[in-house]
Amino acid sequence: MATTTGPATSTLNNEEIHRYSRHLIMPEVGIEGQQKLKAAKVLCVGAGGLGAPLAMYLAAAGVGTLGLIDFDVVDVTNLQRQIIHGTKDIGKKKIDSAFETLTDINPHVKLIRHEVALTSENALDILKDYDIVVDGTDNFPTRYLVNDACVLLGIPNVYGSIFRFEGQVTVLCAPDGPCYRCLYPEPPPPGLVPSCAEGGVLGILPGTVGLLQATETVKLILGIGKPLIGRLMIYNALDMDFRFFKVRRDPAWAPGTPHPTIKKLIDYQEFCGVPHASETPAPVASPVGEITVKELKAKLDRKENFVLVDVREVHEHQICHLPEAKLIPLGMLPQRLGELNPDDEIVMHCRSGVRSGKACGILKEAGFKNVWNVKGGILAWSDEVDPSVPKY
Amino acid sequence: MAKVSIPTPLRQFTEQKDTVEYAGATVGEVLNGLTGQFSGLRQHLFNDEGKLRNFVNIYLNDEDIRYLEKTDTAVSDSDTITIIPSIAGGLN
Repeated sequence: MATTTGPATSTLNNEEIHRYSRHLIMPEVGIEGQQKLKAAKVLCVGAGGLGAPLAMYLAAAGVGTLGLIDFDVVDVTNLQRQIIHGTKDIGKKKIDSAFETLTDINPHVKLIRHEVALTSENALDILKDYDIVVDGTDNFPTRYLVNDACVLLGIPNVYGSIFRFEGQVTVLCAPDGPCYRCLYPEPPPPGLVPSCAEGGVLGILPGTVGLLQATETVKLILGIGKPLIGRLMIYNALDMDFRFFKVRRDPAWAPGTPHPTIKKLIDYQEFCGVPHASETPAPVASPVGEITVKELKAKLDRKENFVLVDVREVHEHQICHLPEAKLIPLGMLPQRLGELNPDDEIVMHCRSGVRSGKACGILKEAGFKNVWNVKGGILAWSDEVDPSVPKY
Repeated sequence: MAKVSIPTPLRQFTEQKDTVEYAGATVGEVLNGLTGQFSGLRQHLFNDEGKLRNFVNIYLNDEDIRYLEKTDTAVSDSDTITIIPSIAGGLN
């Protein structure tokens, strides 16, 4: 029979002692550490690329209570990295699919479902019951919301984020440590930072970053090692390079005192400049004209005199392209403006129409008058004009 | 010549280069060299008033220049300037 000592621990039964034997024989964990893990309550925000691997390992490690926030549905494009879900789960709620996997990995874990979008109204109520929050979200409003709620509640936030081949990991909101706003006081305006849907991500990367977050979480629970408090780790998979940078607590936030500016949860969509989904977008002063893919097809068929520009990246061009289009990746457009004539009619397209919209804005600012954006991009072209063009 | 390390999200503006070198006595001078060559990068680092943006951190070696002399921080040839923008993830 196992015996328990000390506060905030839970008794292990014989099956659990057997299951966790590789932990128990390490002095850094031992029976006491395993009991701490069992007593711990960890909330994973998001069951996606980061949440998938970290929840699986935290469950396997014996974290006693695991909460999951997610309201998304499994899509085939998730499976390249979200290994908590399988092909049989396509179309299922991620939270259901994740719970099946986690229960199979470790039936001793108490799973708590939060099938909601985290909002300023519900965040404090959801987070308050947990010891540690692991942030695996995918957008700035939720990142700042999670941070501010953790600051107000005094809960550590194990932070991870990813882009293509690069990941960032740090531990925020630890006692007297920095928070996300100490690291980045303001979010970037929408559109200035490409998302993974736009920029892509190596499928393995969220696995690596998520497991670094899981490692930090377990260290915090056990109280061992040197957690990433006040240090930002940047991992580059291509260079296989780990670099560390200092993260200082805002000097205006004295140790042991409440945060000087975070007093309550605010409207994070507004803070991040994201228009509310329910609101109709405000009219733009100088809107960029749009044409449909069918109109573009008709212009090409009529052999009209205009320049079609594809602003995607070279590797996207290799997946599929329109033979008439001239390729100028969006990032290169400012320095390649000289290749375009302001007197020509210019039609711009990308994958979905977002980047080409930005490209039209760049041309308008540079004095081009006759500029058009192809609505829906090459995805719409595949849907409405030529289904032989692959969608990606 | 100080080395400037370009993060993955901003390499689309630097012809995919991951590191570049510029002469300059201060962080600001080195960054001016960088944005002079790659003009698309400028709006990502500086606002319209020419101030460094609050969602891009600039480190001299492992220290945030906000806690040094900001863009006036002196640079030597053995230093590495690293640009670290905030990234949200983007899992969908």
